[in-house]
Amino acid sequence: MRPPGDTATIYALATPAGRSAVAVVRISGSQTRALIEQLTGHAAPPPRRAALRVLRSLDGVEIDQGLVTYFPAPHSYTGEDCAEFGLHGGRAVIAAMVQALSSGGLARQAEPGEFTQRAFLAGKLDLTQAEGIADLIDSETEYQRRQALRVVGGGLSARLGDWRNGLISLSAALEAQLDFSDEGDVGDAALGELIRDCNELASAIQAEVAKGARSRRMREGFTVVIAGPPNAGKSSLYNALIGREAAIVSDVPGTTRDLLSARLDFNGALITLIDSAGQRPSADPIERIGVGRAKAAVESADLVLWLNAPGLSEPGPAGSLAIWSKSDLQPPPAGGGMPISVATGDGLQALENAVHAAAVAATGDGSDGLLIRERHEAALRACVDSIEQAREQIAVGRYELAAEDLRSALHALGRLAGRVDVEDVLGEIFGRFCIGK
Amino acid sequence: MKQFFDVIVIGGGHAGCEAAAAAARTGARTALVTKALSDLGVMSCNPAIGGLGKGQLVREIDALDGLMARAADYAGMQFRVLNRSRGPAARGPRAQIDRKLYAEAIPALLNKVAHLSVIEAMVGDVTLVGDRVAGVLLEDGRRLECSALVVTAGTFLRGVIHIGQERIPAGRADEAASNALGHAFERLGLPMGRLKTGTPARLDGKTIDYARLEPQPGDSEPEPFSYLTDSVARVQRDCYITRTTLETHAAIREGLADSPLFSGAITGRGPRYCPSIEDKVTRFGDRNGHQIFLEPEGFDSDTVYPNGISTSLSPETQRRFIQTIPGLEECTIQRYGYAIEYDYFDPRSLFPTLESKRIEGLFFAGQVNGTTGYEEAGAQGLLAGVNAARRAAGVAPAIIKRSDGFVGVMIDDLVTRGVSEPYRMFSSRAEYRLSLRADNADLRLTPVGSALGCVSHERMRRFEDRRAKIAEIEVQTRTLVATPNEANAAGIAVNADGVRRSAFDLLSRPDVSFDHLLRIWPGLSAVPSDIRLQVETNAKYAVYLDRQTRDIESYARAFDAALPDALDYGAIPGLSNEARLKLSEARPATLAHAYRLEGVTPATMTILAAYVKRKAAAE
Repeated sequence: MRPPGDTATIYALATPAGRSAVAVVRISGSQTRALIEQLTGHAAPPPRRAALRVLRSLDGVEIDQGLVTYFPAPHSYTGEDCAEFGLHGGRAVIAAMVQALSSGGLARQAEPGEFTQRAFLAGKLDLTQAEGIADLIDSETEYQRRQALRVVGGGLSARLGDWRNGLISLSAALEAQLDFSDEGDVGDAALGELIRDCNELASAIQAEVAKGARSRRMREGFTVVIAGPPNAGKSSLYNALIGREAAIVSDVPGTTRDLLSARLDFNGALITLIDSAGQRPSADPIERIGVGRAKAAVESADLVLWLNAPGLSEPGPAGSLAIWSKSDLQPPPAGGGMPISVATGDGLQALENAVHAAAVAATGDGSDGLLIRERHEAALRACVDSIEQAREQIAVGRYELAAEDLRSALHALGRLAGRVDVEDVLGEIFGRFCIGK
Repeated sequence: MKQFFDVIVIGGGHAGCEAAAAAARTGARTALVTKALSDLGVMSCNPAIGGLGKGQLVREIDALDGLMARAADYAGMQFRVLNRSRGPAARGPRAQIDRKLYAEAIPALLNKVAHLSVIEAMVGDVTLVGDRVAGVLLEDGRRLECSALVVTAGTFLRGVIHIGQERIPAGRADEAASNALGHAFERLGLPMGRLKTGTPARLDGKTIDYARLEPQPGDSEPEPFSYLTDSVARVQRDCYITRTTLETHAAIREGLADSPLFSGAITGRGPRYCPSIEDKVTRFGDRNGHQIFLEPEGFDSDTVYPNGISTSLSPETQRRFIQTIPGLEECTIQRYGYAIEYDYFDPRSLFPTLESKRIEGLFFAGQVNGTTGYEEAGAQGLLAGVNAARRAAGVAPAIIKRSDGFVGVMIDDLVTRGVSEPYRMFSSRAEYRLSLRADNADLRLTPVGSALGCVSHERMRRFEDRRAKIAEIEVQTRTLVATPNEANAAGIAVNADGVRRSAFDLLSRPDVSFDHLLRIWPGLSAVPSDIRLQVETNAKYAVYLDRQTRDIESYARAFDAALPDALDYGAIPGLSNEARLKLSEARPATLAHAYRLEGVTPATMTILAAYVKRKAAAE
């Protein structure tokens, strides 16, 4: 990570490395125009209009034909002069383009997150929006994308702004009592009103905090563990759900020893699916380790699919979803669980739907949560604590102490939007970006 | 004929007198140049000193051995601690002042200061050698040389008085504006702006019908301002309260046509917190009345100051609206109210010592820096005087931090943010308000003043006594412990958990006062009330004060890094042009100063912080 304040012109491939129909190379910095001229032999095209150009290296060799778009400062992603080159997505084309960009000495390769760092430093984004962009890039499912996009769009910033205004107006009411109580025209503040305002603000923020765990779980994925006695068909179900033969399946009980896991997109919800060893007492030390791991996985799971099958009927842990596997061989007894058959595919759709519903119930569908980082929750919790403390002080008439508490509350909000303690969070945030964003 | 002084102070108002006295106290040969000896200690606006935010400043001036508190104690007619029902950090001592007695007290105090000469003369010009102050040229042809010059010109620089449509060039009613000096400063090319303030009519108290009005008495036990004053000697006088009526508002609305505020004749910005009555009526038209405090101007003066109806309406309108106010129907007006527009120097062109960044040895203090109020002026004057003396002696500047005093908050606000309206002290401007209290100004600042050499031995001796006594009683309250039974018997409700609690712990509860402790420990009854207040406040605020101390420390770690004055902001990569321009103009002394500049973004701060860190690592 470069220190902030380095203004070298930077370039990076904005699309994934490898073969593709189109690859986009992005540049930002004061040498942008010069680079466009050097590469195209033409002046930069009119702002924000794509122009078709032949791109050449310094010694005049043609690299490719591509679209060039120029974004002069300050109306660009980074706030600096920027350009995008749309090229054919071949490895050799990209390599030649990168070579051409660096050989003139006008620009250097961007570091991870550097474009967004510059956008932040230029005041184009606040910290929460920058974090949203990181999530947007990392998002694997529709719900995650939806959630991240709302943060990028300023959803959290707007909410913080509202709370900030609420706190400022509350502070003003108290400060008027402290600084202007000698003026006949400033009446006594209505105690009930002040307390009501504190309560409303605290519960509005608290409601958002309460959704925070869901938002974070959505980012991290909803963990589903397949467990049950040996030979219940756990690995078969695992393979069926992930759509490939990842787990070894055999009739020999105890085939699965270690945990297997896969990340799946279930209609927009991110599911971490884990296959675990069949739970039974065993003399085999390796199998005993596997059973231990299976038990730990069950403990920390968001949802346990507990499988039984004809001839097996062990009760699962409380809260687990009972599944009756191999239903093509024998239908479940009463209370035996949801029937599925990997062999015929019966019941698999119903199971997927049930898992999806459980995931949405636990993490939401990305349409309301905004707190996508633990630091968001921590700061807001501190904010709520301070407001509640202020309310207690108001109730006993200690306005000067309540005013301090509100100052702390404002400070906590400020930390989120990047007004203070910026240094600490910057590195973590920008280090997580992939090149070119 | 030439004369040399270490420090010359121009102006004999509140800023000038404190500046001259402070410079001389530290041992500098000092001259105070005033255009009339009778100006010393004149209160040009309301006959009161102190108040919310301002009372803290008066105590700080006193803690640094300034004049204002002692003069006010001598001249006070009615002492009140405002916000007494609130916590100690919200309280502000205030007093109505007898103008004549105050104007006696200040010259008398100045007289006792060694190394100080008072010269009655008009200053015609300021002489420089290069970019350094060299002296002043008096209008009578005398030339005075100096190492440092403190300018406290108040509202006299190109002052214009407005009454109705009439405009009179003047500094205060019936006094000439200092135009020659104004032009002299104009030549120096310092950035200036224009502000406005106002004053109400003065009434003849003999013609007021007090029988109909509500009296407002002072405190039954008047509390003096100065740590050197043991008690207030004079019998206290009442103020009275009345209100404007709907008829008053109608009369004012009728007269708005000839108001200079509304006709556009006044361009300077007035204070939002002290609007004229015509402003109040126009902006808060739905109110059926505004409170007016009728304040006596002296024990044997008939003049009454009606606080709350400052105005620049025409004399005719003033007479008409005043006669609609209950108690004032038959009232005679001694002098009409007016608005005054005047030049001020943009304080952002000053260092935190109040010395000009452009001209070495030139200091500005008081209303000329865009502030309002005697207390604000006096506090700046004191710091400017001390720093002028230090400049003359070639020793390091003295800066009071925001965490150490309201005076530090004020000067820091002025030099970093400038003013857009006359600047008044409010306690809410102080982020460390809980520790910057009127009751502990001496504990915060007297040792600082002593180190600067501006505090007398007598004051230091009294201070040491008080400090030792506070420490002793605090230790005692932490050592004395009571069982739950003992506490409950004394009316302090605690859980019967068998835990012994110290007197200090009990005192930290909101509903426990020092008096409660006496029921358990009668021995504490000998503790004087000012010591009780300190110990009780430390106990009640303990949690908050601890947090504040941590805040101050972490802030200092993050923001106290110095930005060299010669720093080339153009050479720091990544700063926007706007930020470069702002920083180059303001030349903030530390990161903290930069942070408070208007328009400095977190991004700019990040770049500056990174730059300073790299620089420190390189060295």
